[in-house]
Amino acid sequence: MSLEKQNRSLSRRLTIVAIGMFGFAFALVPFYNQICAALGVNSLVEKAEVSQNTQVDTSRTVTIELDSNAHNLPWRFRPLVSEIRVHPGELAMVEYEIVNVREAPVTGQAIPSYGPQRAGEYFQKIECFCFRQQTLAPGETRRMPVLFVVDPKLPKDVNTIAMSYTFFEVPGRGGKT
Amino acid sequence: MSSIVHDHAQPHGHGHAHDEHGHHGPAKGLMRWVTTTNHKDIGTMYLWFSFVMFSLGGLMAVGIRLELFSPGLQFVDPDFFNQLTTMHGLIMVFGAIMPVFVGFANWQIPMMIGAPDMAFARLNNWSFWLLPFAAMLLVLSFFTPGGAPGVGWTLYAPLTVQMGIGMDLTIFAVHILGMSSILGSINIITTILNMRAPGMTLMKMPLFCWTWLITAYLLVAAMPVLAGAVTMTLTDRHFGTTFFNAAGGGDPVLYQHIFWFFGHPEVYIIALPGFGVISQVIPAFSRKPLFGYASMVYATSAIAIISFIVWAHHMYTVGMPVTGQLFFMYATMIIAVPTGVKVFNWVATMWKGSLTFETPMLFALGFLFMFTLGGFTGLVLSIVPIDIQMHDTYYVVAHFHYVMVAGALFAAFAGVYFWLPKWTGRMYNETLGKIHFWLTLIFFNMIFFVQHFLGMAGMPRRIPDYHPMFETWNKISSIGAFGMGLAQLLFLYIVIKTIRSGEPAPQRPWEGADSLEWTHLPTPPPYHSFETQPVVK
Repeated sequence: MSLEKQNRSLSRRLTIVAIGMFGFAFALVPFYNQICAALGVNSLVEKAEVSQNTQVDTSRTVTIELDSNAHNLPWRFRPLVSEIRVHPGELAMVEYEIVNVREAPVTGQAIPSYGPQRAGEYFQKIECFCFRQQTLAPGETRRMPVLFVVDPKLPKDVNTIAMSYTFFEVPGRGGKT
Repeated sequence: MSSIVHDHAQPHGHGHAHDEHGHHGPAKGLMRWVTTTNHKDIGTMYLWFSFVMFSLGGLMAVGIRLELFSPGLQFVDPDFFNQLTTMHGLIMVFGAIMPVFVGFANWQIPMMIGAPDMAFARLNNWSFWLLPFAAMLLVLSFFTPGGAPGVGWTLYAPLTVQMGIGMDLTIFAVHILGMSSILGSINIITTILNMRAPGMTLMKMPLFCWTWLITAYLLVAAMPVLAGAVTMTLTDRHFGTTFFNAAGGGDPVLYQHIFWFFGHPEVYIIALPGFGVISQVIPAFSRKPLFGYASMVYATSAIAIISFIVWAHHMYTVGMPVTGQLFFMYATMIIAVPTGVKVFNWVATMWKGSLTFETPMLFALGFLFMFTLGGFTGLVLSIVPIDIQMHDTYYVVAHFHYVMVAGALFAAFAGVYFWLPKWTGRMYNETLGKIHFWLTLIFFNMIFFVQHFLGMAGMPRRIPDYHPMFETWNKISSIGAFGMGLAQLLFLYIVIKTIRSGEPAPQRPWEGADSLEWTHLPTPPPYHSFETQPVVK
């Protein structure tokens, strides 16, 4: 074979390699998708895993009994449910309702207490109406949440917790906040 | 030699005193350069083109360092700053460093293997003349609405999908540059494999030819992949495909994989021809044959092959599985082994040699020290937990400038000083050459050594502003950049002075140089050399 022919034949083969590599770039697209699917990485179209609270102790159920008192206060104060059952570690919410029956604004502060008393330290509140004073206009009705978690470290012998709120009037505040 | 086309219509006067074969010389005037098929003319054009691009890219680097001289925004707005870093990278990689070594290949490979010219002389002309048009597209993009792309030289999606028309010009420029490289590589492979002089077996070739042969294969395999990546970007931009657009089910990380599948071999495309130049220069000035020639060939091949399986070490932070990170980490570390073999062989070549330290040797030694340092920081960065800290900091900038500037550029300077007497027939000024070397070395380290500290302290790259605590090192770095820029004006002066009024050079100015262009060809070589191939024993 003459040198010219040899050169042409080699250049033809190299050109085919170059064109093949251009195609290879495009072949990487399905290849990449297959690899990602096979390895289970980068699955953008699938639903993200629902985040879970791994701290919930589903082996136990604790009954929370709700109680309410208004100490010398012209308020009707009651929980919307009298008891709920929760797992320790689970986020729970209960609601209370107060109605101001006086013809004047009144400010009150709720004080919680627990039975048994030592259950109080395992009672973690995220949001509570007892965190601040409440001022109600004459005749106003208000619903207020308590958001809480019972600590999974709650002693095994405690199966029922009574949670009681008592509202006291904040003297001298009247309707002023 | 029927494959060599001599198409100079008019025989001209014999401008070359050494033209003993009685052939016609080059055509006169501008058309000589437009229509030339002579490997020496084309090599010269490649070298000048890359110097012009080097100056342009250097000007942009000075712009970047000017802005970074002080914290806060002084000279350019952040958008233009991004355009400067992007274009600096693209122009230096594709316009300066790659063409300069193609220039060396054109001048040297036919002379070193005893061939009369490149295998496809007309194609060679075409490969070169594609380049200025690609460069024009790149520069033009600055004057389009929205300016040049400011996406970084890696042209990452999804930014590239959102840029203005300047991005399209850049994509076409990359296409043309890739085309030029592939054609040039096919030419080089064919020349080396088919046109060696009788007796010049592959394992007798000068190592420069070997490194270029392997580089050319890398180019043929890697450049089309880049062309594919930017083509996908182009169709995403204009033709409704969604390769990289997440809104249509594409994945920007896919772009990074495709780009770096090209990008890491590209690193060795830039480095290997430089290794070849150093492997010619060090034996010549040690007056000893290259130590471990065969192991050099195998090491180069090993580097080339492994370079295709390490690409994802550029993207440790994209969220790949740990198994992937581990694989790419170990593969990257393995590349250090053949590279270490090469460094060992260069040092062993000098061992007990009769060393002299002319300018080419100084640049080769500068290369040896600085490139090894850049290799070491590369090893540091290959370690996943460290890389995650260093990713996109100035430590990375320092690392790749040590291998690109002190590696590839120093090798190019070594090669220019080494072969300039042969090419021009005139000797450069040794004192000025040494001054150029020391200025370049000192200013280079001023720019980039301190950037290691900046990166370790957490200064991110590609940001025009920085925390005032980084100010001192940035000032030193910027002053170094201005100095390095000025030092290259001295280089230009040296080259022009050599061409115009250098002392006539002997056929073999370097005692220890023993490849065919020194032993078989006069200085300067005739316009058409080795029309009768020499027989190598």
